Amino acid sequence: MTDLLEPRAMGRDLVRRDGVQKVRGTATYAYETPVESPAFCHPVQATVARGRITGIDTEAAEALDGVLAVLTSENAERLASTDDAELAVLQSPDVAFRGQVVGVVVAETSELARQGADLVVVTYAEQEHDSALTVDHPGLYAPEKVNPSYDTDVVQGDVDAELAASAVVVSHTYATAMVHNNPLEPHASTALWDGSSLTLWDSTQGVHPDRKAVCTVFGLEEEQVRVVCPYVGGGFGSKGTPHANVVLVTMAARALPGRPVKLALTRQQMFSLAGYRTPTIQRMQLGADRDGRIRALTLDVVEQTSRIKEFAEQTGVPARMMYTANARRTTHRLAALDVPVPSWFRAPGECPGMFGPEVAMDELAHELGIDPIELRVRNDPERDPETGQPWSSRHLVECLREGAERFGWAGRDPRPGVRREGRWLVGTGVASSVYPTMRQAQSTADVRFEDGRYVVEIGAADLGTGAWTVLPQIAADALGVDVDDVEVRIGDTRYPIASVAGGSSGTNTWGSAIAVAAREFRGKFGTDPRDGDEASGQVDQADTDDEHATYAFGAQFVEARVDVDTGEVRVPRLLGVFACGRILNPRTARSQFIGGMTMGLSMALHENSVWDPRIGQVANHDLAEYHVTVNADVGDVQAHWLDEEDPYVNVMGAKGIGEIGIVGTAAAVSNAVWHATGVRVRELPVTLDRLLTALP
Amino acid sequence: MDADIRLTVDGELHELTVDTRTTLLDLLRERLGNTSPKKGCDHGQCGACTVILDGERALLCLALAVAHDGAEITTANGLAPEGELHPVQQAFLDHDAFQCGYCTPGQVCSAVGLLSEVDRGWPSHATADLTSDPELSDAEVSERMSGNLCRCAAYATITPAVQQAGGAR
Repeated sequence: MTDLLEPRAMGRDLVRRDGVQKVRGTATYAYETPVESPAFCHPVQATVARGRITGIDTEAAEALDGVLAVLTSENAERLASTDDAELAVLQSPDVAFRGQVVGVVVAETSELARQGADLVVVTYAEQEHDSALTVDHPGLYAPEKVNPSYDTDVVQGDVDAELAASAVVVSHTYATAMVHNNPLEPHASTALWDGSSLTLWDSTQGVHPDRKAVCTVFGLEEEQVRVVCPYVGGGFGSKGTPHANVVLVTMAARALPGRPVKLALTRQQMFSLAGYRTPTIQRMQLGADRDGRIRALTLDVVEQTSRIKEFAEQTGVPARMMYTANARRTTHRLAALDVPVPSWFRAPGECPGMFGPEVAMDELAHELGIDPIELRVRNDPERDPETGQPWSSRHLVECLREGAERFGWAGRDPRPGVRREGRWLVGTGVASSVYPTMRQAQSTADVRFEDGRYVVEIGAADLGTGAWTVLPQIAADALGVDVDDVEVRIGDTRYPIASVAGGSSGTNTWGSAIAVAAREFRGKFGTDPRDGDEASGQVDQADTDDEHATYAFGAQFVEARVDVDTGEVRVPRLLGVFACGRILNPRTARSQFIGGMTMGLSMALHENSVWDPRIGQVANHDLAEYHVTVNADVGDVQAHWLDEEDPYVNVMGAKGIGEIGIVGTAAAVSNAVWHATGVRVRELPVTLDRLLTALP
Repeated sequence: MDADIRLTVDGELHELTVDTRTTLLDLLRERLGNTSPKKGCDHGQCGACTVILDGERALLCLALAVAHDGAEITTANGLAPEGELHPVQQAFLDHDAFQCGYCTPGQVCSAVGLLSEVDRGWPSHATADLTSDPELSDAEVSERMSGNLCRCAAYATITPAVQQAGGAR
């Protein structure tokens, strides 16, 4: 239990501090950094899915007037570390997946760079590749841990006995699609190497982790590298770790000392080089008593990683804590394929991992003739089933109840496929959501009194989440001053170390560090400081609580309409209720919730990176063919939250909110489509072809 | 191959020699230092580069500079003098109709173009009655804003923002 800050600025509906720059377009993103006489890069990509380069002809490219450099594995600098194979760019002639970087052309203009890249001729000794994920892939293996460090398999109790003793068993296989983060701002950078030090303006979710990776790869000292990123045009996880483009732009800069270089991946290149969410196959069993009490839960997950680097999405993890069960088994198996490297995508683990289980809950509710909300209420655990710890706060049931009230759930006819309005079959669905409340180990904030104002510096990131606005609110309450008297500076390694904006942990981590710094400042200088007085605080000096299981909870409600003839699915209503501790700024929080929920809608109905295993490539690698939700796809989207403060998580009483919105939404959509049509779609996305043949 | 063109951007006249492969988007962003229009896809699929080109909303990534000699471009940053905001920009602020901000200048310009089209009675796919003037219903605004992707998915706040700006005309 910690003493909560008195909320004066926290909780206020304050307009974004960077709002004016964003609506005018004057907020400067990485590629846009004004520099003198920049050169431009264009990557060359492998055109085979697996093989070895046998020859590179750069003559024509180099002969092009205006081309400044052509880097390939034959002439690129040797990196200090190749431990991270994704970042071992241009270090060997081996090709591990189609689209991998095999060269870069640097030129006076972007047009020349692209033309030069087209002129580079690479020949390959092509090898057989294996890029198709199947549930029984012969290479399936158990990773040592799943992201970031969860146990791969967890077994509790006697699953077989509990299944045998169950009155009802729901047993199905669910699947989620390969999906790409696709932030609107591509992965992009401007880099300048002056001969001894590097300035890297990079679109990143964390300038400090980015710098650390660059230093490791290039063997540089931290003092030699400055990473700057005041604004990020979205990331959703894909900018949480640096990808090959960051190494490539740094190499290009080092090849042209004194000359700033710019590199932005094209949208098409992002489908090979910027990470993605693995497809998941989820074999699920739910065994229950007639009254709905779960006896056994099993979730066996199959997913892919790349042959050169492992990323194991923790899809089975949320099922370990969500509901009661006498016995439970969750496992993860991976196939290492000749595919691009998967990585974080908004709510890794929880997002795909709450699809299968939450649809299975809906199926169980139907089998038992119990309302889906009531089934979840009956299985709401008093303590964390995995650890036995008490919850710091768990208000899932309240979210379900309040959502039901707001959505108009009462009196719902549970029968599927029986409501028709004109051409439309109408149904409603619900699912639960959860996201762990995490605090990272390292972050430092400085507080300085300067010209009558308090300046807080921390190398944090705002991906549109609102950190520019919310961190001053925390600092103001921690210092006990008006929020207008606080300036917070972020997005630069010149400011103290801060953790990545990921895992919905940013506000928790950075805010806790700021609160410590404010406490230190007041302790040293009192309430009447002098100009230049300065104090520092680290997150590991903040109160911690190891006694409780800390999670945010929520419930999403969906109305779906399905055209009786075409199978077209529309979602006129999407409503979420969340229990996430104190909401620090209702304006930016609402945008995060509805943004997450709408991205969940997008996952449910549209997003699908169609993999062509014959050539080893995403076939629909642009935004015309990789569909994301557009304005006309959304109707009434509402986000609500419970008045809550959690005294165990941090002095703000606040849990992370950036990811929970997407969790559960796709299951709620699938459940609503089933209620509308009677067709159970267990594989995402819920597209017309999966409905048409089965429509009544 | 190069060509000479004249271009007015946000009220300022430029006389330029351009590579005939250069798009207006790359010209503004990489040569004129005007990065208000954004590059999200370079294929006319995302809308982030939307500006007002000769009075109508247009995608700069699909416009070759050489084909637009004499054109007049207004970017989001040119919609209002510094220190002021266009009513659409103010409405986006009021409704928090964005998060990361990367699609926002394009959304704003698209909304400005949309309001002008509605003023002139242009119908859309969502217009039920082609004989009367279109109104700024949810369906009309959503349909007309659907060329502008927002990956942060602020659509539910973009639509009321556009309606607010439309109501203030």
